[in-house]
Amino acid sequence: MKSTILKTASSYLLPILLLFSVFILLRGHYYPGGGFVGGLVAAIAFVLHSFTHGTENTLKLLRTHPGSLIPVGLGLSTLSMLAPLFSDLPVMTGLWFEEPVPVIGMIGSALFFDLGVYFLVVGIVLTILFTISVYSE
Amino acid sequence: MIDNTIIYPVVAQLVTAIILLFFWGKSYPQRFISILGSLVVLLMSITLFSKVWSGNILIMESANWKPPFGIVFVADVFSSTMVLITSIVAFAVSIYSSVGIGNARQRFGYFPLFHFLMMGLNGAFLTGDIFNLYVFFEVIIISSFVLMTLGGRKTQLEGAVKYMAMNILASTIFLTGIGILYGITGTLNMADLAVKVPLVENRNIIDITAIFFLVGFGIKSAVFPLYYWLPSSYHTPPSAVAAVFGGLLTKVGVYAILRIFTLIFVPNEFMKIVLTVLSVMTIISGGFGALIKRDVRRIFSYLIVCHIGFMIGGIALFTPIALSGVLFYLIHDILVKTNIFLISGLIRNMKGNLNTLKAGGLYARYPKISLVMALVFFSLVGVPPLSGFWPKIYLFEAGFTTHNYFFIAALIIGSFLTLYIMARLWSDVFWKNPSEGDDSLIDHFKDYSRWKQALLVIPICLLAIATLYVGLAAENIVVVVKHIAAEMIDTSPYIDAVLGNK
Repeated sequence: MKSTILKTASSYLLPILLLFSVFILLRGHYYPGGGFVGGLVAAIAFVLHSFTHGTENTLKLLRTHPGSLIPVGLGLSTLSMLAPLFSDLPVMTGLWFEEPVPVIGMIGSALFFDLGVYFLVVGIVLTILFTISVYSE
Repeated sequence: MIDNTIIYPVVAQLVTAIILLFFWGKSYPQRFISILGSLVVLLMSITLFSKVWSGNILIMESANWKPPFGIVFVADVFSSTMVLITSIVAFAVSIYSSVGIGNARQRFGYFPLFHFLMMGLNGAFLTGDIFNLYVFFEVIIISSFVLMTLGGRKTQLEGAVKYMAMNILASTIFLTGIGILYGITGTLNMADLAVKVPLVENRNIIDITAIFFLVGFGIKSAVFPLYYWLPSSYHTPPSAVAAVFGGLLTKVGVYAILRIFTLIFVPNEFMKIVLTVLSVMTIISGGFGALIKRDVRRIFSYLIVCHIGFMIGGIALFTPIALSGVLFYLIHDILVKTNIFLISGLIRNMKGNLNTLKAGGLYARYPKISLVMALVFFSLVGVPPLSGFWPKIYLFEAGFTTHNYFFIAALIIGSFLTLYIMARLWSDVFWKNPSEGDDSLIDHFKDYSRWKQALLVIPICLLAIATLYVGLAAENIVVVVKHIAAEMIDTSPYIDAVLGNK
């Protein structure tokens, strides 16, 4: 796409959208948002970049193939699901740190589960879309 | 008794699948991880079964929410037996897959999908929540869609469209049933439903809801008149995939019917008649369908349909003896059906194709392997004292005591059709002299290294030994199935264990 405005804007939008996606991810425990929506927003940031700069450049920016994020996300979610096993609680029980962390607030195993979902969604959406775009080019 | 052991077979499959994803595209390490993972799950299932068998129904309240509010996993003898059999089959198939599945398919994620499928199966057997059952069914069908289309040959896609369309329809109907049931009772926990459903005064709406579940599970387990997707799709994927599908996917439908119709909707007279008619039609249509086919895997596909009828008929009789027969048949059927599909893959390797008219002379070239195959075929037919014989005795006995001669007639016809079909198959594929000068018959098996040949034959022998054990040590199996049947008639131990009112 050869629009200078879009091309310039997307370079600035990429970090802003990524920051916004992290905000949505952290907000998700009690309010609308969470790993899935956050992941979608992050994926959109990269998709927008690939629209204007070409898929190869976006892949260069990511350094790894987005498909490798899928097992990482899935693994992180699974580990946070299994964490309660070590303290003899049923699987998926929420574990929380005693003290709140500045800015983020309370941190529990649910956050890591959501973080896993976030990576998983980014990985899957980008794999699907980049496969299509590379194939059609 | 609360115990995390229940969830291990599910979690271990998930972890295996995730580890396999890290090795995406590297088929060589994937084979080892898959076999190792299946072995670990098998050991976990044995532990789970022995724990449950020693007396207690185990439950696990996920996320520490008390039932009926949270999702609860329950391991009674029935579920843990199913998990054990599934793990045996999964172990055998993952050994077979390392050679039986082509390199291209392995590189495009065959093994992770296989383990996701097994995770879904184990979860479906162990969950005590009806919506969670639906979720695990979704996990099963999504991974099975991909397994079926993996490779992307034209016939595969054609079969997959039929398979997918019917299974999505089944899921929709099942989900509708769950919605109605939740609307009536306000709960999704199976034990809680078992308490609340009998108290509902409007019995008609309960019957209608039961029909929703029957149709949903009926499509999945290929019951007449909605079975036709099965024979037109199961012959298309590679044999190892077809083995899992034929051995386990239809049986998980039977499991669900058994679970739902013993716990929540105990069949009334109307439902028994419906089930009897369905079973008789399933046996007849499956049997005659197999009679006119000439492709080995199509014949086996129709036999799956035929034998599902035996189990549905047993549920229709609904006596302890009949249910014991059904459960025994279920155990026997999973082992044998998986094995015959693995065998069909081996025959394909030995002959180059699976047309019974073209094949022949297998016995002359591979006498020892042929004998193992014959053992499996005889078990399928039910020659005493092999495994298919004992459940039929129970089904006959129950049929006579309830005077359901309609079903007995179908049972006899179905058994004789199976006998005739397997005898014809044996004489065509193994005894007949192969037609001379046909270039389509290539023996790939001969060219394999010893190690590769062993990897194909060992799983078949493993399952044959399991079948042989079920047949020759039938008294051990009978103890288990009688215990399960008693728990099905009197469901109070299950309900008490889940809801915690001792």
